[in-house]
Amino acid sequence: MSRRHITATINGDEVDFLAEEGSSLLNALRDEVGLTGVKEGCGTGDCGSCSVLLNDYLTCACLVFAPEVEGGTIVTVEGLANGGELHPLQQCFLEGAALQCGICTPGFLMAAKALLDRNPNPTETEIRYALAGNLCRCTGYDKIVRAVQEAASQIREA
Amino acid sequence: MARVHLSAGLRDLTGGVANIEIEASTVGRLIKSLDQMFPGIGSRLSEGSSVAINGEILTDAEYEKIPASAEIHFLDILQGG
Amino acid sequence: MAVIEENPGYKWVGTRPIRPDGLEKITGKAQFGADSILPGMLYGSVVRSPHAHARILSIDMSVAKSMPGVKAVITSADFPDLALNGGSAGDIDMSNNVMARAKVLYEGHVVAAVAANTREQAKAAADAVIVNYEVLPHVLTVDEAMADNAPLLHDGMYTKGIDPKPEKPSNVASRVVHERGDLDKGFAEADLVIEREYTTKPVHQGYIEPHAAVADANSDGRAHIWCSSQGHFQMRAHTATVLGVSPGTIKVTAAEIGGGFGGKTVVYLEPLAVRLSQRAGRPVKLVMDRDEVFRASGPTSGTRIKVKMGVTNEGQLTAADVWMGYEAGAFSGSPVGAAGMTVIACYDIPNFFVEGFDVVVNKPRVAAYRAPGAPMAAFAVETVMDELARGINIDPIDLRLQNAVVEGTQASYGPKFPRIGFVETLEAIKNHPQYTAELGPNQGRGVAAGFWFNAGMNSSATVHINENGTATVVVGSPDIGGSRQSMALMAAEELGISYENIKPVVADTETVGFNDVTGGSRVTLATGAAVVDACRVITADLRARAAKTWDVEIDDVEWVDGQAQHVDGSQPPLSLADLAGKSGRTGGPISATASLNARGVGAAFSTQLCDVEVDPETGITRVIRYVSAQDAGRAISPAYVEGQMQGGVAQGIGWALNEEYIHNSSGVMENASFLDYRIPVASDLPMIDTVIVEVPNPAHPYGVRGVGEVGIVPPMAAVANAISDAAGVRMKDLPMSPVKLLEALNEKGK
Repeated sequence: MSRRHITATINGDEVDFLAEEGSSLLNALRDEVGLTGVKEGCGTGDCGSCSVLLNDYLTCACLVFAPEVEGGTIVTVEGLANGGELHPLQQCFLEGAALQCGICTPGFLMAAKALLDRNPNPTETEIRYALAGNLCRCTGYDKIVRAVQEAASQIREA
Repeated sequence: MARVHLSAGLRDLTGGVANIEIEASTVGRLIKSLDQMFPGIGSRLSEGSSVAINGEILTDAEYEKIPASAEIHFLDILQGG
Repeated sequence: MAVIEENPGYKWVGTRPIRPDGLEKITGKAQFGADSILPGMLYGSVVRSPHAHARILSIDMSVAKSMPGVKAVITSADFPDLALNGGSAGDIDMSNNVMARAKVLYEGHVVAAVAANTREQAKAAADAVIVNYEVLPHVLTVDEAMADNAPLLHDGMYTKGIDPKPEKPSNVASRVVHERGDLDKGFAEADLVIEREYTTKPVHQGYIEPHAAVADANSDGRAHIWCSSQGHFQMRAHTATVLGVSPGTIKVTAAEIGGGFGGKTVVYLEPLAVRLSQRAGRPVKLVMDRDEVFRASGPTSGTRIKVKMGVTNEGQLTAADVWMGYEAGAFSGSPVGAAGMTVIACYDIPNFFVEGFDVVVNKPRVAAYRAPGAPMAAFAVETVMDELARGINIDPIDLRLQNAVVEGTQASYGPKFPRIGFVETLEAIKNHPQYTAELGPNQGRGVAAGFWFNAGMNSSATVHINENGTATVVVGSPDIGGSRQSMALMAAEELGISYENIKPVVADTETVGFNDVTGGSRVTLATGAAVVDACRVITADLRARAAKTWDVEIDDVEWVDGQAQHVDGSQPPLSLADLAGKSGRTGGPISATASLNARGVGAAFSTQLCDVEVDPETGITRVIRYVSAQDAGRAISPAYVEGQMQGGVAQGIGWALNEEYIHNSSGVMENASFLDYRIPVASDLPMIDTVIVEVPNPAHPYGVRGVGEVGIVPPMAAVANAISDAAGVRMKDLPMSPVKLLEALNEKGK
């Protein structure tokens, strides 16, 4: 059993951890780094619950081997708020009741952040397609889409 | 007198009787009386049924009081999601 | 929003504050089922049958046991055989579903489990377990299972509800019947009779969080389980039954639950995790892969349903004849009973015969799914209603209004309806601007209605007043979609303090009184009633304490706006904070518990309007507009009522257009992933408009009916009726996939 030593910048801090060669980034983040806000819904890249930003790209952590992130930069839902100040997306999800059970919420927040980082003024259709890799079974997406629209508007006005 | 309605699924035990009037102060006593008239129906009703008293569906209703001239229906127990 | 009765001056009920558990859930702090990590924890893995039906000849664990890191291996031999211990039929089935004994009854059925230091070691050991099977012939559908000489799943299954008792066993567990009037006479009176046959496939609840359990067993026989479920008391009871121990030896902590929809009322992993932990002497975590979730948990029944209904030219329904076969999966217990009671419950029909069969097949055992049994039945009846309306040239809502059940109508399932709001939901859709909006080319519009009972059942709640006058509300109902908020809103209303000053908590099985599952749309009604009762005990206590403080009679004290007031204003008011801060002087801490078996359940109705656009070249149906009107009784927490309505619609649209279990001829599921079992994604759906209709339930302190389930009853028929309107074809088999729709369009074009 060989465990690799991996160094990466996670949520702004340089972090060391050990992971097996074949371990997914998802399992490493959850089990080794303790970031259980990254959720597993499928393990096959179909549900988006484990969405993180890896080197600024929206990535399913379950589809990446942990050793691949050596030297990389990762942002998870735990790193979305700026200290005690929530990201506008987080605030809008709260105020807009855009979560029910909450298991998909971390992934949706990261996917929505990835969208707004590159397109600050998306149409409803653009939002729906940008979030199409994230499954939510509770909300019917209505309030999620509205929350992203509201957050985009707040970010533009800020 | 309570007016008791027995669902079609119970009529194998009642010889086809669908409605009956019985004097009983609680659901438990009602079930006892029914069991004396139709042996075997008691366990089916107390284990496998909800009861509706004047339209209100109740579970675990053995000690529930039956108002005068109430309409009583025995129903299948339901499962919710 | 259509409000039938105005809000009677509530300050908190009916508002939309931020949910109490929201912050943890948008920052990643909330602990779901798979998030517990204990010191020394092992990982488990489960060995599952590759066959749909087979006898287990032998299980060789020797290689697995000797592999690196393996600490425990278990099979059915590690569990008591409840059949030998006088267990009930239901308990025996539950135990045999958790771990197969002698026979496997579906692909994915558990035959063994292992625990090891790492996930990889556990998986490798599970793969090394050698099971010898004698493969048996299987049945997959109602038709196959009910055929003469069909292979039997259970040798001792004699159909219940048939007189006299059948001479031979079969795959039919039970028969249910509802009847009234004279069917022949009813059809003779009809001017138009429509007779149709429908099929639906098993569909999965599709919660995004897989089943997960962590168990830590002690050498004294006690165990602690952390798991996500719709009811940790039920997990405790069922785990204890399967293990053959007292429930009091097991403590269950409710993790946050990542969706359930009925599917997490069932015990799967918990008994395995406890037994592995006992064998290994270490905590064990078991988490299902998504593949396992599909193959071995849920789904709801596949069905075959025949409906024949008659109507006069004036729009009066005269008769209904319904036959329903519901797949139960490997063990009896399909929701055909509820299907029989709901199938025509929206309408006052003088003559009917409804017959239903609970049929076992070699597929995973069905679990509850949102209004269990009702949606498939409504798909059949509500599309026939649409055909009847068109056939006699009457508006489909008018046909429903003319025959709708109202207060006092004798329900098809027996009793008379109390105050209900069905007509109000029909009118809300009829009056919605979307109902008369213009349709474009290839677009069509459909409506459908649905009914669900809702449930009451047992709940307990404790309310503590803190020393500064804030409150902690302790409940035992897992919060699956915002119930902490509705509890806090009702408590704020009762105590007269700010919502922000109330902290609702979901406590473990040792910290709060018993609660039945979060299901049946019951939590806001029943647990809410317990919270209200406890708050009322507290406000009575607060009045007594104020009376003591002022040296007056309690009848001279009122509780108004969060403070004790003397009826004649002769004393300066005492706030909750004043009384709490000095509670030691008036009798000690202020706290109250209420436990109840909720009465006064209020039935729910929903009417929905769907616009679709059908692409005649590809057969793809897009839902382009959708409106759902539902009687909530009273919306305590309107944002989350809307969420329940929208979520039910989205699941129903998936059921209508995409979702199905696909089994090959060997009985192996071929689409056990979210890639191949496609639930709706954001780009598949439009905004889902909601109309909360409020016809208060007179039996609940705040008029609550329960909102979680009925919303999934109408969508399949609403979509099917819209497709018919758009494309001129009647789809009778779910899902209405592009391939099937294209076939129907080609057939029509011939």
